[in-house]
Amino acid sequence: MAGLAPTYGRGAMTNHWVDISNANLVLSMGGNSAEAHPVGFRWVMEAKEKNNAKLISIDPRYTRTGAVADYEVNIRTGTDIVFLGGLINFLLETDQIQHEYVRAYTDVSLIVKEEFGFHDGLFTGYNPDENTYDKSSWSYEFDDQGYVKRDDTLQHPRCVYQLMRQHYSRYTIDMVENVCGIPSQNVQEVWNMIAETAVPDKTMTILYALGWTQHSIGAQIIRTGAMVQLLLGNTGLPGGGVNALRGHSNIQGLTDLGLLSNLLPGYMRLPSAEEQDYQGYIKKRAKQPLLPGEVSYWKFYERFHVSLMKAWYGDAAQADNNWCYDWLPKLTEPLYDVIYTFERMHKGKLTGYFCQGFNPLASFPDKNKTSEALAKLKYLVVMDPLAVETAEFWKNYGELNDVDSSQIQTEVFRLPTTCFAEDDGSIVNSARWLQWHWKAAPPPGEARPDVSIMAGLLHRLQRMYREEGGAFPDPILNLTWQYSNPEDPGAEELAMEYNGRALTDIYDSNRNIRRRKGELLDDFGMLQADGSTSCGCWIYAGAWTEDGNQMARRDNADPFGIGMTLGWAWAWPMNRRILYNRAAARPDGTPWGPEKRLVWWNGHRWVGADIPDFPDASPPSAGVGPFIMNQEGVGHFFGGSMMMEGPFPEHYEPFESPIVGNPLHPNNPQAVNNPAARVFPDDRARFGTAKEFPYAATTYRLTEHFHFWTTHAKLNSIMQPQKFVEIGESLANELGIKEGNKVRVSSKRGYIEAVAVVTKRIKPLQITGQTVHQVGIPIHWGFKGVAKHGFLTNTLTPAVGDANTQTPEFKSFLVNVEKI
Amino acid sequence: MRGDQINLQNIIARSASMAPSPQERSGGVEKVAKLIDVSKCIGCKACQVACSEWNDLRDDVGECYGVYTNPMDLSPNTFQLMRFNEYEDEQGNLEWLIRKDNCMHCAEPGCLKACPAPGAIVQYANGIVDFNEEHCIGCGYCVAGCPFNIPRISKKDAKAYKCTLCSDRVYHGLEPACAKTCPTGAIMFGTKEDMLEQGAMRTDYLKDRGYKNAGIYDPAGVGGTHVIYVLQHADKPEIYNNLPSDPRISPLTEAWKGVTKPLMSAVIGLSALAGFFHYAIKGPKEEPEDDPDPEKADADRALDEKSPTQALQDADEEGRE
Repeated sequence: MAGLAPTYGRGAMTNHWVDISNANLVLSMGGNSAEAHPVGFRWVMEAKEKNNAKLISIDPRYTRTGAVADYEVNIRTGTDIVFLGGLINFLLETDQIQHEYVRAYTDVSLIVKEEFGFHDGLFTGYNPDENTYDKSSWSYEFDDQGYVKRDDTLQHPRCVYQLMRQHYSRYTIDMVENVCGIPSQNVQEVWNMIAETAVPDKTMTILYALGWTQHSIGAQIIRTGAMVQLLLGNTGLPGGGVNALRGHSNIQGLTDLGLLSNLLPGYMRLPSAEEQDYQGYIKKRAKQPLLPGEVSYWKFYERFHVSLMKAWYGDAAQADNNWCYDWLPKLTEPLYDVIYTFERMHKGKLTGYFCQGFNPLASFPDKNKTSEALAKLKYLVVMDPLAVETAEFWKNYGELNDVDSSQIQTEVFRLPTTCFAEDDGSIVNSARWLQWHWKAAPPPGEARPDVSIMAGLLHRLQRMYREEGGAFPDPILNLTWQYSNPEDPGAEELAMEYNGRALTDIYDSNRNIRRRKGELLDDFGMLQADGSTSCGCWIYAGAWTEDGNQMARRDNADPFGIGMTLGWAWAWPMNRRILYNRAAARPDGTPWGPEKRLVWWNGHRWVGADIPDFPDASPPSAGVGPFIMNQEGVGHFFGGSMMMEGPFPEHYEPFESPIVGNPLHPNNPQAVNNPAARVFPDDRARFGTAKEFPYAATTYRLTEHFHFWTTHAKLNSIMQPQKFVEIGESLANELGIKEGNKVRVSSKRGYIEAVAVVTKRIKPLQITGQTVHQVGIPIHWGFKGVAKHGFLTNTLTPAVGDANTQTPEFKSFLVNVEKI
Repeated sequence: MRGDQINLQNIIARSASMAPSPQERSGGVEKVAKLIDVSKCIGCKACQVACSEWNDLRDDVGECYGVYTNPMDLSPNTFQLMRFNEYEDEQGNLEWLIRKDNCMHCAEPGCLKACPAPGAIVQYANGIVDFNEEHCIGCGYCVAGCPFNIPRISKKDAKAYKCTLCSDRVYHGLEPACAKTCPTGAIMFGTKEDMLEQGAMRTDYLKDRGYKNAGIYDPAGVGGTHVIYVLQHADKPEIYNNLPSDPRISPLTEAWKGVTKPLMSAVIGLSALAGFFHYAIKGPKEEPEDDPDPEKADADRALDEKSPTQALQDADEEGRE
């Protein structure tokens, strides 16, 4: 998601599941949508049937998606930016772009600072000692009023259009063939299919998942895909966009509610340790328009923030104490991600660890390091409905978990929780829909909802602070907790708290009353920065209003026949189903084509099949841009300072690559891997080379399983009982491996053993003149559950992450394979 | 609902039975069919799970044999199976062909014709062929009679099992569990007429997309089937994990059909029949392995030594008595 927000303004799937059926072309890349999202995949099949759409599958392997694709190509893992960068180059050089869209809705005409540059794989401002950039040159030229300078003729050598063109001119089709391993004829055929959607009334949808995210350059891969969709004029339209298919039923909800260590609810940010001043914190985030008249909706940041602090601290949050700003934790690191946390744990710097709905031993990279780290804790708390591997990291399971229990002193507490079917609440799907669900069965034994366990913990902590005192009791003691049963806050109460209420009567500018004290708010337009409203998650405002629980709605009426069921559940923001949908109309407010009607200007306001993602009375003549979260109102080809490794995505090799150097920058050792990635020395020492570990490996899910949960379920285990790895026929022949043989797969960090699936679906690739074999390793199976017990795949994976998100590079690393 | 209760569904044919089928309650009953569109299948196995859930089946947690297919074969606890085949054509183009393998519900069911146990196999007016396990004697003749290699004999109760096309659901106006579950619409259920029409539409669609041999699999050799496939390569059904290109009921079963007609008071022919089918299934002169019943073993051996013609003649004669 860290690639979408810097491009479009929001880090979320732009369109929605049903809308995939409106596409004319479906590009499944960086994800195996049929495998991992079989139910949502029905909409791909609908698109094929309804619009005669074609499906392209680009993946290291021929997959289940490939089985029903119209065009199937295999790519070397981790090289997607080369393919997409080449596509950008092709579209620009053959002028197959959606001109009117690009000119009106993107930043092509904006002029970039003279100091900005890119040389031999590095952008200006690089500090090789710290692996960081000074980003001051990654910005625009401004006029006297503080607005960005522009050249609508696109001739200025430093306008974004010219800079982008120059940047991607290196991404030739030969480079693509050489780096990605796709024969140039196939590359050309795919590009031609994609270029057909540059016309105004045809759209391609991109479906991606963790196959793009889990790389050291993952966020930049996603951004490249987003840029392609801007060039083709496909974002904001039905059947278009960049669609992040979420891998957990509620992972969108996790980021929405700010559960990442550097976030607050609604994608607000925790301050850094340097930001002790409240006004400075707000000013930096309340982003003002950089072009005249643009919306730049984050300018209202303080309204969202103050309302959040009122939800958390109630009467204790007041203007004169900066709404309790001092009580917020301040970050000493950009992110307390899992790699960072386990590095600290491994160094013995953590006392205890709460593990809630997470199975780190199985899910985090470099299992042996994870295991050593957990052994250094004083205590570990595991909250989970299942007996997960992490809770038994200390127990010897032979080769599968070869530890000496007598040497591990960590005290482990297991708190059984309910699973999704045992409590009420809402789950946010990929498409940002909050769908209410009802408890189907009572929880077994002593299992309790997570929130009830956390409430118990809070009350014990509060009692300890009261009775024994402590260093900083205020944020804990003053937390508002006004639930009917304080020991077990109800899902309904929490949902209303997220939605927000008026704390006093609130009025509009004409002194008409908008909401009375205590009433639920209609939407985030009602939020105030003066402490008169509270709201636990501003983007969820509107989910539970005075009209009731909007998430529980189940009206599937689709009045325009294009899959816009606005009465089914509720989507953030404001029940808008397709983000940036102002771009579905021409600058003059009319739809791009009869098949692509979504919202349009009716002479007085914006109307249509969706809720306009736009000020609904702003006429086309005002020329306000459709990307209302961006300061310029337009989509970003130039990412400015928002990404760690540069304003334009550039290809860098995975940290473990089967080839030597980066073919794009063969002479610059600093530009082989992501120059801005954070790598801890201990982890770097555990990277292998192609000499010892010659094969490129990638990991993934299977349809039959969900992570390490369903190996606890009998039916799933029957369908796919035992750990396997996939090896191409050609490599298997070389190594004398036959279908069904046991093999050992090893990386610098450890080994696993599994059954070999020998397949025609993985072919050797020709990369810069050398043959590269890829090996596929499903993530499932562990030493718990009813399926055949197996090794944990993450024994093999390296602890290095994307420079922006620190998402581990699970998709590209090196292994060796031996028959045993 | 199982077994004889399903007789409510208007049985039109009944194994080893001379009692005429009821004729009256056929008003409004249409032939049904399940359409499996291989070109829309992603091999997710949701149908396999749904089948297990609806029919209360739990096979063993097996092993991986080096392919995606699992369990490895149909069994008394696996009524249907996704079979995965990696097929490369002459030009080297790879296709991953995934076929849902289950009972085809033949219009002329070889299993029913072969079955010597009265009422163990029935055919309903809607075309579904169902096993009534309480009448099954576990002889395995249905296995020999089936041109698709579908029925499996349980080691636990020595009875034959296979897909029922969810006859219980269908009786109550529901589609089979697999069709209900399929996320991509690759499995459809309806009247056979509608399914053929849908199949024809899909065939045209596939032809437009370059599959010039796309077609419907509804083999005439068994009188057509109530499970039909849309295949991208209908000219080569065998590439879909050995789907037979021209399935027919084996001549031996056909011959046996002539025998069973007049031969209904079962006692008589059983031993002869046993021998006949023993021959049909296992071939001549096989020594019974550790047969727990020495008398039966002797009888078996005696029967094995008869020529098939002799066995048939014997059966015929006994039938006339």
